[in-house]
Amino acid sequence: MESIFQLEGEMLRILVPKDLDHHNCIAIRETADSLILKENIKEILFDFKNTEFMDSSGIGVIIGRYKNIKCLGGQVSAININERIKKILVLSGLYKMIIIYEQEA
Amino acid sequence: MRENNMKLEFDSRSENEGFARIAVAAFVTPLNPTLEEIEDIKTAVSEAVTNSIIHGYGERIEKITLTASIKENQLFVEIQDFGCGIENIEKAMEPMYTTRPDLERSGMGFAFMEAFMDDIHIESEVNKGTTIYMNKKIMG
Repeated sequence: MESIFQLEGEMLRILVPKDLDHHNCIAIRETADSLILKENIKEILFDFKNTEFMDSSGIGVIIGRYKNIKCLGGQVSAININERIKKILVLSGLYKMIIIYEQEA
Repeated sequence: MRENNMKLEFDSRSENEGFARIAVAAFVTPLNPTLEEIEDIKTAVSEAVTNSIIHGYGERIEKITLTASIKENQLFVEIQDFGCGIENIEKAMEPMYTTRPDLERSGMGFAFMEAFMDDIHIESEVNKGTTIYMNKKIMG
């Protein structure tokens, strides 16, 4: 199975699971934060290519990482967002706070 | 007149968030909702159930009941817990307000329920519990 966390230089790619709800966000939060500290991460990229569902718990996870990495001079970004994820990001105001990359080929 | 009713009772465990939203999505299928309507309903149900688990019961394992009914082309959902209740409903509904920043709650739960359903109504009594009533007309 593909790991949820992929280190690409100073970037940590988080392969967001199929459902990002309260149940799934706990493990992501803890592992991401320990990697940010240990690996000198400058960017967290949330990759939504496998994600079909996200609620406000997912927003909490992204905002939490945003706050943590901003303190360290880093940034948060997102890629492969479908219409549904976009709707949630726009509604929460996050769409304007983070970097949105175009779909990967 | 088209009418259908269902009632579920489940433990306030986080894995039941997915179960609850999928159950309601399946229940509403005969109305031929669009994908977007299904996703809206799933998100709203997920928010309400998560609230009961985190806030209502403070992560204790108790019971949540979910009642859903279809009348003509409308879906009605009730999500009830018997937990701590909400002291100030108006405050709880303010976007970005949360009593649990320690759990990284975004404070967007009620805002999402309001955005994705046609109407929501909250009844709550301290130490008795909370019931969320939501409905949505399915345009299909």
